[in-house]
Amino acid sequence: MSLRRRVFITVLVFGGVAVAACLLAPLVGSTPLSLRRVFDRGLPFRDNADAQIFFISRLPRTLAAALVGAALAAAGVVIQALLRNPLATPFTLGVSAGAALGAMLAITFPVSLAFAGVSSVPVASFAGALGAVAIVYFLSTVRRRGLSTNVLLLAGITLNSFFSSLILFVQYLADFTQTFRTVRWLMGDLDVGGYAPILAALPFMALGFVVFAWLPRSLNLLTLGADAASARGVDVLRTQRLAFFSASLATGAAVSLGGPIGFIGIIVPHLVRLLVGADHRLVLPASTLFGAAFLVACDVLARTLLAPMDLPVGIITALVGGPFFLWLLIRRS
Amino acid sequence: MGAVVGCTRARDTLAWMLVLLAGFGSSAGRARPAASQAGAAKTHPPQRIVSVVPAVTEMLFAIGAGPRVVAVSSFDNWPPEVRTLTRVGALLDPDVERIIRLRADVVVVYGTQSDVQAQLERAHITTFPYVLGGLDNLTATIRRLGAAVGSQAQAETVALGIEARLGAIRQRVAGQPHPRVLLVFGREPGTLRAIDASGGVGFLSDIIALAGGDNVFAGEKRESLRISTEAVLAAAPDIIIDLHYGSGLTPEQIDRERAAWKTLPAVPAVRNGRVALLVGDEFVVPGPRLVDAAEAIADVIHPQRRTR
Repeated sequence: MSLRRRVFITVLVFGGVAVAACLLAPLVGSTPLSLRRVFDRGLPFRDNADAQIFFISRLPRTLAAALVGAALAAAGVVIQALLRNPLATPFTLGVSAGAALGAMLAITFPVSLAFAGVSSVPVASFAGALGAVAIVYFLSTVRRRGLSTNVLLLAGITLNSFFSSLILFVQYLADFTQTFRTVRWLMGDLDVGGYAPILAALPFMALGFVVFAWLPRSLNLLTLGADAASARGVDVLRTQRLAFFSASLATGAAVSLGGPIGFIGIIVPHLVRLLVGADHRLVLPASTLFGAAFLVACDVLARTLLAPMDLPVGIITALVGGPFFLWLLIRRS
Repeated sequence: MGAVVGCTRARDTLAWMLVLLAGFGSSAGRARPAASQAGAAKTHPPQRIVSVVPAVTEMLFAIGAGPRVVAVSSFDNWPPEVRTLTRVGALLDPDVERIIRLRADVVVVYGTQSDVQAQLERAHITTFPYVLGGLDNLTATIRRLGAAVGSQAQAETVALGIEARLGAIRQRVAGQPHPRVLLVFGREPGTLRAIDASGGVGFLSDIIALAGGDNVFAGEKRESLRISTEAVLAAAPDIIIDLHYGSGLTPEQIDRERAAWKTLPAVPAVRNGRVALLVGDEFVVPGPRLVDAAEAIADVIHPQRRTR
């Protein structure tokens, strides 16, 4: 079967799963909805509780979950290829720690950074993410021509530790309620309550996805090693730079939208590889679509398991991802 | 020569050990005799009180023990007199060394700070453990505090006054139909993300019941729940009480916070304009000012029975 056909079938199947998830998720929830009432044009929207639950609460949540899941899964694939390490995640290079620090600061020291209908926490979080990306890139390119993936990895890990200790310090300075809220933010929350936060994150994610579309062939060759790849005509430095920035941008936007939701960036790529093989031209689109469906499903669980309490979605992904990851490790060894 | 030096060293070491032991022995000799809190307080009321719990600091000042308070927690800011007092940390980081150096007689700590209590007890300092509870815990704690610091009479007066005011609220709203009340004590500023609401347990929930309201989450056996916008729409409260504390809010901020609820116009409270923004620390510090909080909340729930 030609590659084109395989890509087509893969996108069709995984795309179908993603679309099905996005269509079904808003219909499922802790409150029984009457679809007839939801779409009843006769009733003014401002009085229609069912319609508001559907269009203000569930649908934005589903879209946010799909976008964040897609972004984190795709970024996971790209980072794993960039670092040539199957245990790498979108959070390995310090982006989420920077985003978390930005969010902590915004929660603990409320300064008005609200911008275009988005509250200060996502804005500060994204700024933190960009800051972390800049620091890591600077560290890995200073004093050398080109990008050393080893230094990139070390810089990312160091930044993660450093920012984590800054986060602990901020939590120490905060009062009890703020500390509780910052800890809760770290577990992920997709209840965006409207479309403004999604629209604010969308341009950055879209930019990331556009670059992702260009990368698969180069990533295939990059996994053979930098020398082997450049011998086959890949501009290694440009590929690494594009991979790093696009994955970091998508991750930063995703984390500022829904918090640092773990395990998607590692479970989804590995699961997809089990299904379609290791060719990035299949793995990348499939992971993007499957990541969307996966997080949409996890979010449905998070908002229905202990209703009316909203469980942090990061707990659901961890409960699913943890055992899976252990199984993966055992299987590999 | 080596043997002589060795002997001298051993002798010096022994001498130092004896000095240290003597020091310990004498401090043990100076230890206060073990006695019950109340018994000691009657004869020798504590003169130097340290409080790590802001709610109890407010109680101390209310019962007239304020002049005897020498240090407070990092988060205390009421009454204004505490602003000049020494700070000794709080729940997570109490500075036990500083407390001991202050020669405190009684230290108010959280009931969960068992390690701090153990350390203070080893230094023979009396502790007053504070346990969080519902609304009835307020007067019970005030009375217990009065006994511990030797101000029983003043404590009784304050407690009776609080009970009278709470009883007045109860009477004022008696017989009125109970509206459904959602009490939100935390959310992201300017939006409806990360909403923390009061569950069926705790002093906020007790105040809603006292003030003649039906907490929409009264069935949840927890103090707080993180809820989604769907849960707010499904609960359909008649009244939303939106608490803000810490630094005050400017009028623009108040308008912006009130406007945040307009994204859910189907909620009866939003539709009928019954979203109340209440600003102040009295809503979250369970000290004597909780009665002011209860009166404010009662006025929101039953404005037709307002007396202030």
